[in-house]
Amino acid sequence: MQLARVIGDVVATRKDDNLSGVTLLVLQPIAADGSAVGRTLVAVDAIGAGVGETVFFVRGKEASFPFHPVEVPADAGIVGIVDHWDLG
Amino acid sequence: MLIARVVGTVVATRKDPRLVSHKLLIARATDPHGKPEGGYLVALDTVDAGVGETVLIVSGSSARMAAGMKDCPVDAAIVGIIDAIEVGAGD
Repeated sequence: MQLARVIGDVVATRKDDNLSGVTLLVLQPIAADGSAVGRTLVAVDAIGAGVGETVFFVRGKEASFPFHPVEVPADAGIVGIVDHWDLG
Repeated sequence: MLIARVVGTVVATRKDPRLVSHKLLIARATDPHGKPEGGYLVALDTVDAGVGETVLIVSGSSARMAAGMKDCPVDAAIVGIIDAIEVGAGD
């Protein structure tokens, strides 16, 4: 899993049937110090995150697991909202 | 998933039988503001997208979960046509 900040949302009317009703959010992956690293991406949201929040997300087929048994075609999915994190 | 702009089409007569009758498009990844970012890729279209449209591409093995793609040899599928992207202030 990776840390990211939610920076936006995506509106798509015409889409795969299994994506209907699923929130699509734009993520900016971040480093442990909170700075942006790497490219932005779009992820499905399984837990109700919003713009401005820090989240962690999974990549790959696992992104669709929270929606089981619906096979949501997603390769990135938010699975948790981060309250805070500490570095040792 | 990637945000990408469709820039062209691909015609292939000889191809894997499971790809027959599916439309292949060339897309270029962009950032949320529409600026090209990274390379081009060939993606299988499942939502009847066209050249010039901004689309959502699912890649890797998840592409096979798009409608009608079960057991297809595909690693990039267009699963949505993007109407709007709202990016919050600060990025």
